Amino acid sequence: MAYVFSAERELEFQNLLKKYPKKDAVLLPLLHKVQDEVGFLSPDAIDYVAQRLGLSSARVREIASFYSLFKLNKKGKYVLQVCHNLSCYLRGADDIVSKIKTLLGIEVGQTTPDGLFTLETVECLASCSTAPMMQINNWDYHEELTGEKTEKIIRSLKEHKFACPSFNERMSQGGIA
Amino acid sequence: MTQRILPPHALENRVVLAGMDKPESWTMKAFEKENGYQAAKKAVTQEPDAIISEVKNSGLRGLGGAGFATGVKWSFIPKNPTKPVYLVCNADEGEPGTFKDRQILEHVPHRLIEGMICAASAIGSKTGYIYIRGELRLALERTQKAVDEAYAAGYLGKNIFGSGRDFDLTVHPGAGAYICGEETGLIESLEGDRGQPRLKPPFPAVSGAFGGPTIVNNVETLCQVPGILNNGAQWFQKNGNGTPRGGGTRLLCVSGDVQKPGFFELPVGINLKTVLYEICGGPSPGRTLKACFPGGSSSPVLTADEFDVAIDFDSLAAKGTMAGSGAIIVMDDRRSIPQIAMRTARFYAHESCGQCVPCREGTYWVYQMLHRLVDGQGSKKDIDTVLEACANMAGKTICVLSDACAMPVTSMIKKYRHEFEALAKPMDSVPVSMPKVSGQMGALLEGIRSRMRN
Ligand SMILES: Cc1cc2nc3c(=O)[nH]c(=O)nc-3n(C[C@H](O)[C@H](O)[C@H](O)COP(=O)(O)O)c2cc1C
Ligand code: SF4
Ligand code: FES
Repeated sequence: MAYVFSAERELEFQNLLKKYPKKDAVLLPLLHKVQDEVGFLSPDAIDYVAQRLGLSSARVREIASFYSLFKLNKKGKYVLQVCHNLSCYLRGADDIVSKIKTLLGIEVGQTTPDGLFTLETVECLASCSTAPMMQINNWDYHEELTGEKTEKIIRSLKEHKFACPSFNERMSQGGIA
Repeated sequence: MTQRILPPHALENRVVLAGMDKPESWTMKAFEKENGYQAAKKAVTQEPDAIISEVKNSGLRGLGGAGFATGVKWSFIPKNPTKPVYLVCNADEGEPGTFKDRQILEHVPHRLIEGMICAASAIGSKTGYIYIRGELRLALERTQKAVDEAYAAGYLGKNIFGSGRDFDLTVHPGAGAYICGEETGLIESLEGDRGQPRLKPPFPAVSGAFGGPTIVNNVETLCQVPGILNNGAQWFQKNGNGTPRGGGTRLLCVSGDVQKPGFFELPVGINLKTVLYEICGGPSPGRTLKACFPGGSSSPVLTADEFDVAIDFDSLAAKGTMAGSGAIIVMDDRRSIPQIAMRTARFYAHESCGQCVPCREGTYWVYQMLHRLVDGQGSKKDIDTVLEACANMAGKTICVLSDACAMPVTSMIKKYRHEFEALAKPMDSVPVSMPKVSGQMGALLEGIRSRMRN
């Protein structure tokens, strides 16, 4: 079915429009919301957003493709993004990448055949003193990784125990995994 | 997930981070217990010039990396603007090794809001945006909540604090592009376009976001303002022990090969050795420290015998490097500098926005050449080719990302050349097969290539 805004999304859209003197400026925040909802920026979602903003679909796609957080293609259910920048490298990021490759049998940039995992390497994610680290699905940080910890995370994801509790909750539990 | 909060080190002085160890420090209730919003209440009744001159006198310099005097920057906003003035907070934190703004946004977001109210009063802005890196979801959530609380309390919106002044503030998420940290790239991105930097002039203070006069300031810079307005310029200067132009405290982020990495709010001008050995516990047992980047991966590297230096903009500049974003990345004696150089170049090659040929082609080329060297496939001449390419990348582009790649790479080759040479093969065993590059850099590289063949 072609993508359209839900009532809730429509309200968010109208509120966003009030915050900027120029309509185009709502594009990034809007694409985030659409992507969170659909899972990626599907062609019909892009067409719809473009039409609502009075832009061409090609233009929206071009802008979205500039940004690494926007997914124009469907990826695995869990996108594992391991930081491979300096501080993480110094603390063993390469070992974490190898570990995941072995565990999942895929290379960087690939998705497992069951569509569950995509492995990517990314640049510094501002967690350098708790390196090495990875981010899952654009937002869930896992820090001070070890081989063992990585294995545990992957195991629980395979069992779909990835509940994404709210950050505040996790904070109050004091855990850092 | 948030970083662990340790009690402050004896040498720390938490001004920007004050209160971060209190329960629910990110809420209005906790913040107001810590003297929160006193400076904002004062600022909205003050003459803009009075605020600007207090900030000028304090000597506060931009903590986003460039170190430009904050009060001076604010004074560039035209006095009787014909268009709305915008205040934009740069929270795109992306310089490798930097994780300081994130701490502020996650733990004391109200301090940023307060700083922005003060800054907006100084420059006559009624509209502000906080551009937060899209990956930092907790920071986005908590800052948004703080903004909502401030609206509910009447500290944002119309007639703030009953002063007759208005100030609207919006949290804006980025979407993953280092170049959006550059202020004009950030403005392009805020307007909903690709984050490609603009040619200057015009400077943002004349024509920035949505065509209006705009000030872009880093999170930490803005968070220093309430303290200055509460306690005065002299108090600020006394917080630091830097050169006359370097007072206050500053957040330093230490990562890599030290025993206790982390973030610390320290007096500007503290000695680098003190930070590395006393505060961060030095190298792990049996190791020695070899080198560090003192201000993010864009800063030229310092060797261990250069560590005896004060961490402030001027002292580090005198050593040929920079204080940058306050990110200290430390390497011990296990580390191969060519590996580090290759990874540094890879980052900039990945993040170049592609507008300028010397940057787009240069970063890619330098990365490829260093990759080849690290793989044992390069020659000694490649080392000079990299240096030559770097020389052609600096000072020739719209923004300084190109320089940010060239500077550290050049410094690593100059200071550790023997390590690069040890990896190189004798010249003739190396086939000269480089990717085809067009344009200005292509011509340059073609010249280098033909010299290599001859
Ligand atoms: C490639 C590049 C990336 C930058 N990234 C950031 C950043 O993430 N955060 C930041 O505050 N400044 C960054 N800057 C510096 C900004 O352009 C600008 O100088 C700064 O936001 C001004 O604020 P300040 O005067 O408070 O330091 C970057 C500059 C360049 C060239
Ligand atoms: S120097 Fe590089 S990043 Fe900066 S504008 Fe030019 S191409 Fe883009
Ligand atoms: S280098 Fe990996 S988070 Fe900064």
